[in-house]
Amino acid sequence: MSTVEREVSRRPEPDALEPETELLTVNMGPHHPATHGVLRLVVQLEGEVVREVKPVVGYVHTGIEKSCEDKSYWKVIPFVERMDYLAYYFNMEAFCGAVEQLLELEIPPRAKYLRTIHLELNRIHSHLVWLGTSALDIGAISMFWYCFRERDRVLDLFEMSSGQRMHTRYFQVGGVIEDIPTGFAARLRAFCEEMPRRVDQYEALLDHNEIFLRRTRNVGIVPRQRLLELGVSGPLLRAAGEPWDLRKAMPTLAYADLDFKIPVGTVGDGYDRYRVRLAEVRESVRIIGQALEGLPEGPHIADQRKVVLPPRSELSTSMEALIHHFKLVTEGYRVPAGEAYYAIEGPRGELGCFVLSDGSSKPARVHVRDPSFANLQALHDMCLDGYVADLIQNLAMLDPILGGIDR
Amino acid sequence: MEIERTKIRALSPLEQPRSPEELRARQLRAREMLRGDLEGAELEGHVEERVMTTTLERALNTARANSLFPMTFGLACCAIEMMSMVTARYDIARFGAEAFRASPRQADMIILSGRVSIKMAPVVRRVYDQMLEPKWAIAMGACSSSGGMFANYAVVQGADKFMPVDVHIPGCPPRPEALLHGFNKLQRLIQGNPDPGWRRRYNAIGTEEWARGGPQSSPSPEAAEAYERARELANA
Amino acid sequence: MPDAPGLELIRQQIDEASPGAILDTSFDRRQAALICDPERVLDVLRWLHDTPGQEYRFLSSVHCADYLPAEPRFGVHYELLNMPRIERIRVKAMLSDPAASNGGAAASADPAAPGREAEEAAGMGALPEIDSCVELFPGAEFHEREVYDFFGIVFRGHPDLRRILLPEDYTGWPLRRDFPIGGEPVLFTHNEPSSPGWFE
Repeated sequence: MSTVEREVSRRPEPDALEPETELLTVNMGPHHPATHGVLRLVVQLEGEVVREVKPVVGYVHTGIEKSCEDKSYWKVIPFVERMDYLAYYFNMEAFCGAVEQLLELEIPPRAKYLRTIHLELNRIHSHLVWLGTSALDIGAISMFWYCFRERDRVLDLFEMSSGQRMHTRYFQVGGVIEDIPTGFAARLRAFCEEMPRRVDQYEALLDHNEIFLRRTRNVGIVPRQRLLELGVSGPLLRAAGEPWDLRKAMPTLAYADLDFKIPVGTVGDGYDRYRVRLAEVRESVRIIGQALEGLPEGPHIADQRKVVLPPRSELSTSMEALIHHFKLVTEGYRVPAGEAYYAIEGPRGELGCFVLSDGSSKPARVHVRDPSFANLQALHDMCLDGYVADLIQNLAMLDPILGGIDR
Repeated sequence: MEIERTKIRALSPLEQPRSPEELRARQLRAREMLRGDLEGAELEGHVEERVMTTTLERALNTARANSLFPMTFGLACCAIEMMSMVTARYDIARFGAEAFRASPRQADMIILSGRVSIKMAPVVRRVYDQMLEPKWAIAMGACSSSGGMFANYAVVQGADKFMPVDVHIPGCPPRPEALLHGFNKLQRLIQGNPDPGWRRRYNAIGTEEWARGGPQSSPSPEAAEAYERARELANA
Repeated sequence: MPDAPGLELIRQQIDEASPGAILDTSFDRRQAALICDPERVLDVLRWLHDTPGQEYRFLSSVHCADYLPAEPRFGVHYELLNMPRIERIRVKAMLSDPAASNGGAAASADPAAPGREAEEAAGMGALPEIDSCVELFPGAEFHEREVYDFFGIVFRGHPDLRRILLPEDYTGWPLRRDFPIGGEPVLFTHNEPSSPGWFE
């Protein structure tokens, strides 16, 4: 692996080391305050310099993929939701998109816009939690409280539209489960007006903060080519200078109609990753504003009675609606045999869902390609020949979510 | 069916003054006592009214309950709601528990927030064993209480299987208010005033499992022996 | 995705370069897939990676699906992405279970047998094998470990093939279709007498 130029003060002098150096193996985690979740790192240190880092994962492996094979398709949605537990709408979208591709079902435009709005809100939520916890790791403890204050406002919006703060089960195959209530649009508009000012406040705290700059500048740089080889995607790849974003490359839902930019970094160090994510929050606010203004009227879910539950008002008048409801709730809908891989841009990178259907009402295989799982392979390259303190910072900037890695 | 709803006794035993004049009278009395002017029956009466006397055990329990040090033990999604309980809107600092310790040696209470997988269970048990007595455990969420929605090979069906849990909080994930409610129940349990809740309502007192330190805390002889054997095995 | 004629063109070109590697093509619901011979999967991947004009340099995922009761049983999927042309293609390698065909019923009929001895007695020879693509796509390392962990497929040439998500000493390959889902039965009033003393 090619080394990259760093500031001279960060690299340990070769002459300063003892002639006989001893490698110390240290175990960090799985219970550790700085690992985001239950990640175990086996680190080989030479003094304070990291020579090798091996992540050991699996401590929150829940067997979700196996459980999904036992459940009908709409029951799989809450399971898949709980994989990457900060990006639950994205998990739902990946799965529903794959099943819709298998069913060749077209979702109505209002549902596309509603899904886009909720996905971007979830992206803001995920980046806020990331910023709060990462700043906490680096030492900027107040950021935690400020970010979670905003996060609670996002969760209020989620609660308004679906009744639940987290793991809302809002997306269904065919659209969304319910239309947004009155008052949601006004509240969302107020949120969109206020959020850019809050991001200004976060930037005012951290952007020119001497300690933050010293800790993140020129630390954890991995060349762009190496990141592509490792299968890394998302803000990590964009911070290194590669302008790849599935929202622009393979637009789904309403992204093709909306006008937004993709923030791309230059150096690929921790500071760039921070700036890219914060800029993404701003862009997400813009996307939500546009989607809200352009929200089309119409049904919020497709009209295919073989797949989508009929509205409750019809159940008392129409016999067919009752039969469809009964079949859908007890057995579930059948998906024609085939396989589909559907990928979207999650907050951490490419989130893909592979669904294999054998024609019955239960999926034969559900596999989720989680971005954090691939991104974790870059940790070794990021931390090599750096200090232990930089390891903590690299882990924070990597934004791993162990629920997604372990599934 | 008779449903009895009684208000749970407030935590603070001292009475509020009923009027500004009463408050002034109390202040003057307190000044007299400090000067040494009160004697005999007057002194005893004042002390009974205004100074909280209690047994040492109750004082200790009150102190323990109101300054619990939880341990940072976030496993999965419930950890995010636990973090939001720490933040300003659902402030757990009101109840004295804002000092989350990372080291089990310094923590009183472990909040198992998230699903316990089979790989993690021995780690949890080890961390729990490293905590010093007295220690309590809250199983937050459905997954740590009973395995939740994950009835499969990879998740331990409830943390009860390998460690004692004092309070179970349902929800997936439970709202921060629900977690605070469970936390308040734990505080009452610690102070020796456990909240029977639905047991009182449905006349089911006496069906609890052995809860450490509570009023119904005498286990059956078989259960006590089983716990002893388990403790010996763990310490062997 | 490459469209259907584009897919056939790719198949023709691969057949010229390494004949017999591609067994079939599939263009289903706008997704292109090449079904290849598992012994030649590295040739196909290398061709897709290196050929100017194709250059599928980004490996999104390596995962496996169990097609039981169809034979061959395991399908190892490679999801490739070409970033400049924004195209995805899937390479499927179908493997069969050597334990089943050898009549090694002891190994495959009781996959959750306790102890490592059962696994070692069965020997690594009873597990399906395929070449690892870690040299070509370094990012496949974790993905191939996960496939080994869940299905028991051995990747020849992988630098560090061991379990990643399950405990190191776990026996059995959970995501195979004949592996039981596990868990415990939920206790209701009607089946409570079957578990006496559950409250102890």
